[in-house]
Amino acid sequence: MTLKINEPKAKESTMAKAVQWIGAPLDRADGELKTTGKARYAADFPLERMVYGVPIVSPAASGSLIKLEVEAAEKLPGVLFILTHENAKKIFPIQNDFGTATKLAEGRFPLQDKKIYYAGQYVGLAAAETLEIAQEAARLIKVICKEERSALDSEEELPYSYFPDNNWGTPLPVIRGNFEKAFSNTEVQLKAVYTTPVEHHNPMEPHACTAVWDGDNLILYESTQWVVGARNVVADALGLPREKVRIISHFVGGGFGCKGFVWPHTLLAAMTAMHLKRPVKVVLSRSQMAAGVGHRPATHQELSIGSSKQGKLTAIKHHTITQTSFLDDFLEAAGGPTQSIYSCPNLLVSYQVVRLNHGTPTFMRAPGECTGLFALESLLDELSYTLNLDPIELRLNNLSDKSPEEELPWSNSHIKECYELGSKIFGWKERNPKPKTMKRKGFLVGLGMATAMFPGVRSPGAAKVKILSDGTAEVLSATQDLGTGTYTTMKQIAAEVLRISPHRIVSKLGDSSYPPAPVSGGSMTSASVGPAVKSAAEKAIEALIHISIKDSSSCLYHLPLEKIHAADGKLVYQDDPSKTEIFEEILKRNNLSHIEGESFVKPDNSAEGYTVQSHGAQFAEVEVHPLLGQIRVTRMVGVFDVGRILNQKTARSQAIGGMIMGIGMALHEKTVYDPRTGRVVTDNLCDYLIPVMADSPAVEADFIDKPDPRFNSLGVRGLGEIGITGVAAATANAVYHATGIRIRDLPITPDKLLKWL
Amino acid sequence: MELTVTLEINEKKHVLTLDSRTTLLDLLREELHLTGTKKGCDHGQCGTCTILLDGKRVNSCLILAASADQKSITTIEGLSSSNSLHPLQKAFISHDALQCGYCTPGQILSAAGFLNEPWERTTEGIKEGMSGNLCRCGAYPNILTAVQEVLENQKLLNPQKASHS
Repeated sequence: MTLKINEPKAKESTMAKAVQWIGAPLDRADGELKTTGKARYAADFPLERMVYGVPIVSPAASGSLIKLEVEAAEKLPGVLFILTHENAKKIFPIQNDFGTATKLAEGRFPLQDKKIYYAGQYVGLAAAETLEIAQEAARLIKVICKEERSALDSEEELPYSYFPDNNWGTPLPVIRGNFEKAFSNTEVQLKAVYTTPVEHHNPMEPHACTAVWDGDNLILYESTQWVVGARNVVADALGLPREKVRIISHFVGGGFGCKGFVWPHTLLAAMTAMHLKRPVKVVLSRSQMAAGVGHRPATHQELSIGSSKQGKLTAIKHHTITQTSFLDDFLEAAGGPTQSIYSCPNLLVSYQVVRLNHGTPTFMRAPGECTGLFALESLLDELSYTLNLDPIELRLNNLSDKSPEEELPWSNSHIKECYELGSKIFGWKERNPKPKTMKRKGFLVGLGMATAMFPGVRSPGAAKVKILSDGTAEVLSATQDLGTGTYTTMKQIAAEVLRISPHRIVSKLGDSSYPPAPVSGGSMTSASVGPAVKSAAEKAIEALIHISIKDSSSCLYHLPLEKIHAADGKLVYQDDPSKTEIFEEILKRNNLSHIEGESFVKPDNSAEGYTVQSHGAQFAEVEVHPLLGQIRVTRMVGVFDVGRILNQKTARSQAIGGMIMGIGMALHEKTVYDPRTGRVVTDNLCDYLIPVMADSPAVEADFIDKPDPRFNSLGVRGLGEIGITGVAAATANAVYHATGIRIRDLPITPDKLLKWL
Repeated sequence: MELTVTLEINEKKHVLTLDSRTTLLDLLREELHLTGTKKGCDHGQCGTCTILLDGKRVNSCLILAASADQKSITTIEGLSSSNSLHPLQKAFISHDALQCGYCTPGQILSAAGFLNEPWERTTEGIKEGMSGNLCRCGAYPNILTAVQEVLENQKLLNPQKASHS
């Protein structure tokens, strides 16, 4: 298998000799800015004559708006404008899809009509000279609605549900062989229902947008995972040429999916700024975030597994009932892992979706993967006890060299090594397989494991690399660093090609005026933007070589270009290493401030005929109080096969962070809606529980770190999401091992254990 | 209602006329442009807005600016002198005790406050004492290591499990 990359061969030999900056555990490039408070997020740009905007929301979950009583608010000194459906700018319809980079989070524009689809939907915005006045004004405005019957209960709405016929183009249901026939004939049959609640991303930074008009140019300081998508949506919706809109998102205070696409508040900020001809800042409250910036919808998963007595899977059925809004057809594809990890000749994966008067759900870290794996990996654990097989052995029995879904060989897979290394680090062999046998200081101790997975995703991406006449360099791309380490890893890639220290390179990201890049979602930034940075850096060096060989004052003049390469900030002639020139000399002598290479890299066809997927093995130890049912995760280990690692330090942090978010999913997180009003009860960080430091155990993350060269020129697959995927199941399996109690409903809280203890 | 307060912020005296409803957090961010202090929840639930008020860590979103009259405030911008980083800042960077960075100023100020409080200098003590500061990226193990390192360097760390007597 050869690499199909648009790069000359000579460059590859240069790469082979390069200092290994890729993978080095460098400190985070933006660490100093972030620890000194100098990193500016969307709400941190002080601007002259700033106006504060506070959204006004619907108390009703359905029906229509009768009117907004704004008189009292308008009389307040300092109130500048009340934006309503009556004075809102007309918004233009847009394509709203991924392909054209115009995906909307909620497929309806704000304030264009009087319809109400969920409680918390924006019906206006109060704008004032100060935040305090704007907040008071928003409170004074009475929202009068005509409420209709709201769809708020999944079970009640089941008769009106729909069966989606595709998931991003993959036809549904997914059928292999004949499930019913195989299941009825199989030796061992297991059936169970697993449920997961609505969860909210709750990044630490609330959604924020500061909108500034400069003539007919619009700048948005926007907290987004996709500056290019936001630019396109805002420009198209407001009827502006795209070059007149600029999105700046230098720092994003966490996203996890809920900042992937434009939500309506961004347009409210832009419309208000347009009307007032002043900068407008809109920062959502936690309560507004609970209603209107997406969530992971609840799932009810009916799973049936048939197996031989030896533990070979013969039939699987995975039917997921999930939820969406009346505005969008979102699908939490929990059956994904079931169809793509284990080999099983008879399979049926189907979905049923209920519409509710809730806000539109959205992608939340490993959407489908972590909900689906909770069910699948729990039921496999149950099967392992039925068959009296070690859970890892059961999984090994059902792996295949080919992907079960596409029946293609894996581009690169080291799943077995993940189980091996993981069980060694964790000490799996010390586990007494019998439940309720291990104890420590009065607590029941349990050890559980699960497989982790995430598909390899890649999109077209572009980058520019500049070599400056002072010997430094810059990497520019309209990608974004959500805390993922992109500022750091992109300059490591450039350093390895340019052969200068990464400390002499600055990454400039999070600005839609840079070369375009995809959404930082689907764990795809490294695999999409990384190859573009590599290629752009190679082009920059090539351009520099071209100048030097045409420069009669250069010692490289007229030398064959294929024999010149970069080393230690210099161009070197291969046949006579005494002939060298440092980058800055070449540029200065030619009166150039810099030289640059730009590259737009599309996924090539080198992975054609292969399935690209990341895997991992995750282990959890829990302690359960035998009387109170209190559960603590005391230890976690995760080993991941995610291709080549770009930075051992930031990669480890990201994997550990995903695993800790997994503890939240397993033990804490649940969004509760008021069944009568449809409003979110847990609309704050006191009632919506996420792990705190006291919940955080010793966590070890390790990587196989073997490149996947078929996938892209760097061999990276991305690791933003895989860390969370197996945690809930590993924890549930550990709780069963500790107590003999199987909890199939997340989160696993003491009350659910108490009745059995 | 407007009123005038005198605050010492990062060793500099400020005489300010402000809306009586203004929280200390909004004063710092919106009036004084000290945006290193972040707003995460505005309800005292997340710790993101932690500052030092007369040397003690507080959630600045829960304090009216007016009630801080005559008090001294340290924000992330004033934690270290202009030329060098505070040991906590250095430790956070070298142990990668942050990802998105939004909770980081609050974590660091909270840790600075923690160092002056009578908590047990053990792993459990640090974990409990730092649990008022949420981090959704899950940087907790690295934050723990960073705080432990600073305590060790200041010879303040207890032997594990030993009580603080």
